[in-house]
This record gives sequence, structure tokens and C-alpha cells, in this order.
Amino acid sequence: MSDTGFDASERARQWRPPPLIASPRLRWFLGLGAALYFALAIGSLEVNWLRIYEGLDRGWAFVIAFTNPDFTTRWTDIREGLIESLVMTVTSTAIGIAISVPIAFGAARNIAPLPVYLFCRAIIAVSRSLQEIIIAIFFVAIFGFGPLAGVITLSFATIGFLAKLLAEDIEDIDKGQAEAVRASGARWLQLMNYGVQPQVMPRLIGLSLYRLDINFRESAVVGLVGAGGIGATLNTAFDRYEFDTAAAILISIIVIVMIAEYSSGLIRARVQ
Amino acid sequence: MLRLEKLTKKYKTGDMALKGVDLDVPPGQVLALIGPSGAGKSTLIRCINRLVEPSSGRIELNGEDVTRLGAGGLRRARRRMGMIFQEYALVERLTVMENVLSGQLGYVGFWRSYFRRFPQEIVTEAFRLLERVGLEQFADKRADQLSGGQRQRVGIARALIQGPDLLLVDEPTASLDPKTSRQIMRLICELCAERQLAAIINIHDVVLAQMFVQRIVGLRLGEVVYDGPPDGLTPEVLTEIYGEEDWAATRDKEADETPAGHGVTEGDPLAAM
Repeated sequence: MSDTGFDASERARQWRPPPLIASPRLRWFLGLGAALYFALAIGSLEVNWLRIYEGLDRGWAFVIAFTNPDFTTRWTDIREGLIESLVMTVTSTAIGIAISVPIAFGAARNIAPLPVYLFCRAIIAVSRSLQEIIIAIFFVAIFGFGPLAGVITLSFATIGFLAKLLAEDIEDIDKGQAEAVRASGARWLQLMNYGVQPQVMPRLIGLSLYRLDINFRESAVVGLVGAGGIGATLNTAFDRYEFDTAAAILISIIVIVMIAEYSSGLIRARVQ
Repeated sequence: MLRLEKLTKKYKTGDMALKGVDLDVPPGQVLALIGPSGAGKSTLIRCINRLVEPSSGRIELNGEDVTRLGAGGLRRARRRMGMIFQEYALVERLTVMENVLSGQLGYVGFWRSYFRRFPQEIVTEAFRLLERVGLEQFADKRADQLSGGQRQRVGIARALIQGPDLLLVDEPTASLDPKTSRQIMRLICELCAERQLAAIINIHDVVLAQMFVQRIVGLRLGEVVYDGPPDGLTPEVLTEIYGEEDWAATRDKEADETPAGHGVTEGDPLAAM
């Protein structure tokens, strides 16, 4: 040790962040294993290059159609489809929110007793584990073709999304604020209204707006299996190989989603 | 008015937070509860209104055993006990007025409170309290726009609008600067005197406690080890409560470091600041 405390060996002391996996053998094993798996997985893909070559033409026709979308020929169908989709979107989002909010409160461990919690979590799990298309096919089978099946599908899908994320926000509330309301002798509902709701309101509004534009996009998808809306119109256009009309529909969807995205961003910024 | 008998609290982790605390608080008396972190001050205060369930013992408020009350009875008992918190615990996204009125939730029905249609005499009282704590022009401001001292004043108004017999005050000044701390302590003590309110004030600042209250209770590891007047806190007693430390030296040092006069001893004229 030198008197100054600045000798060369000390200045040259190096530092690296500690590795995520401490054992070097395990680290190499996992790395090589992942590379090997990836190589085998790629090898197992069967690619029919001839089919792709033939399909390129059709794909190109699809792309070309976008440069020349046809809004006019089937305008009445497009307009009706869009209006139907918007109606489905708004209705299903409203119904979905109305059902999700109580479920979200029940699924928050910090305010719900265990049996209620498990029950509400189970509803959320069921809703989340089923993809929209599958639910839509099921409800079309029950209610027949048309927007009713679509509305029910989207409402059901909204529950899994909104209730789960809202419940997580409720679990993250500042306990002190709720405790103060409880200490005043408030009833349970008053505690929710004063101690919890103000804390989660911005999140609820944000999630609802986000779900609104997800539901609009999904309304186009569930339409493909017969649950009404613009998806049904799109499906018809594809069946008839009217790519220019399909392009017009897709462009309309994109524009509407963009408007929704932009305006929900504005609203979310304001409710903070 | 308040009487604790053999109050114990054992947490699920096995920690004994309170080991048979006996305490008698007559009407209108303000007492300070001092003690090191983990001594059980917060637990004690929260057991009294059962935000924390006590494990055994009695809590008698105006002759009624709080530990035996059902949900409805507990709500009615909580109305008699106003609580003031360290981090203010205001609902941040509600207005100052809504926060103050929330102290009345135990008295009004759900729909009234939901639509914020509180009885006129309560609204009048809320304005009077806001004026008393110096925040009359802030009624419609959101709570998160206020400074720490202002928030604590709202917290005080919220506790008082309950019309309590007893204030439970948990570290009211721990998040505040020295000057604001004194103002808040003075305000609490003045209001207690005006309204003949009893109060239990948890506080870790011994000097501040000595400046404002008539009775000090020292808690150590869940047991009462001192109960007496502020000037009875000799270095020996402080050692008993907090453990070995050169108490005289600490005070001198504190006085040196904070020329604004935070480190005052009993009877200091700075109390009139």
C-alpha cells in the first residue's frame, strides 16, 4: 500500500456488472441449448417455395388494390358495415365495463374476501383463456349470424381484459388513503367510493378507451366468422375476390382506429 | 373517558407489538406517546379504533368496550375517534372539501355521500373548520395540489368534523419541516383545548412533545416504561425508553446544527415562536 492510496494496481481495478446467471456452466448450457433448439425448430418448418412463388401474384394483386381502393361500388354495404361495427363496439364496451367493474372489485385481494376473490378471478381466467374467434363461433352457434353474437362476444372478452387490469390497479392503491376513510366510520360502499374509486378512476378511463378501440378492431375480426359488423362485409369482399373493395374497407378501419387512438390519447392525458 | 386494560397485540409473525398496556386518558387530556421505532406506538393507536385488531385486553371508550363491538357498533365508535396521520392520508384526487366532508361518512347514508349532498349544517361546519385551519380559499383545490403543512391542516379538519371525543394522532409532524411541525402541533393542541378533546399523539420528537403536552407516556418494546409530566424526562428516563445515549450531548448538538431552534429543552422561550 502506498501512502497516497493511488498506486497503479488500485487505479486499474476493473468492474463488470455481475452476470444474470452466476454459474458459468449453467450460463453456457442455457445459451447453447437455446441456439440448438432454434436451429432444430427452423429445420422442422416445411416451406413450399413453389406455392409461395405462385401466391406472390395474388399477394401483389392485394397490395396493388390498396393503391386503387374502391369505395363507391359497394359503398352502401361498407357504410352499413361500419355503422354496425361502431354500434357493436360502443354497446359491447359499455356492457363490458358495467360487468367488469364489480368483478374487478371482487378480484382485488386487498378488499375482497377470499371466496369472492377466487370466484371473480375464475371468471376473469375463463374470459382470458378463450380467444375472441372461438367465443364468437360459440355465440354465433347459439344466437345465429348477426351483430348480437358479436356484441356478446366482445362484452365477454372485455371482462377478462378490463377486470384483470383494473383489479391489479385496485391492489396497488395507497392503503393510507383508504385507511383514513375507514377510520372515519365509513361503510364498505363509502370506503369504495371515497377511498378506492378516486385512486383508480384515471386507470379505469384509460383502460376503457383502450378497450374501445380494441373492440372496434375485434369487431372486424369476429365479423369474419359471422358475428356481424364490418367483418362480415370484409369477408364478402374477399369471397368475391374484390380486393379493391376489401382495401377500401381496411383503409376505413385503419382511419377509424387512428382517430380513436389519437382522441383517446388526448383524453387520457387530461384525466391524469 | 378512554381506558386501556392489559391491551396486547401479537402479529402473525409472532412479534409481540404490545405487552399488556394499561392506560387511562381523562376527558380533555392531550398526551404524547414517545418511544423508539418499533416500540408499538402506531400499533397502539391503531388498536384503539381497531384498524389493527388487538389480540387481547379491553378498550373502554365512554364506558363501552370497543373490542367487543360488531361491525355497526364499531363504525359508530369510530365516529367518536378522529384520526390524523403521518403522511396526511388525504384522498389525493378528491378536493379539499370532499376530504373534509369524508370525516362525516359515518353519519350520512351511502347515496347522500355518493352524490356529495351533505346536510347544510355539515357543509357550514366544514367551511368553519377550513377557516379555522387557515384554508378557507382552498375548498375546491385538489388535495394533491397542497403543500405538506396544508395537507396536514386538511387532515385535522377532517378529523374534527367527526365531532370526536378523542383524537388519535400518528406522527403528525414526521413529514414536515421544523417550523411547520411546531405550527401543526400548536394547532392540534389549541383545537383540543378549544373543544375539550382528549388526544393521544404519537411523536418521535421528544423535544417537540415536551413543548406542547401535559403528559408523556414512554413506550418501549410494547410496554409502558414512563408515564408522567414532560419535565420528568431525565436522561435516565430517556435511556430507559430509547437505550443508552449521551442525551445531554445530543441536545446540545441538535441546538448547534439547527440555529432555527429545533433543539430546545423544557421551558425554552422559543416555544412562543
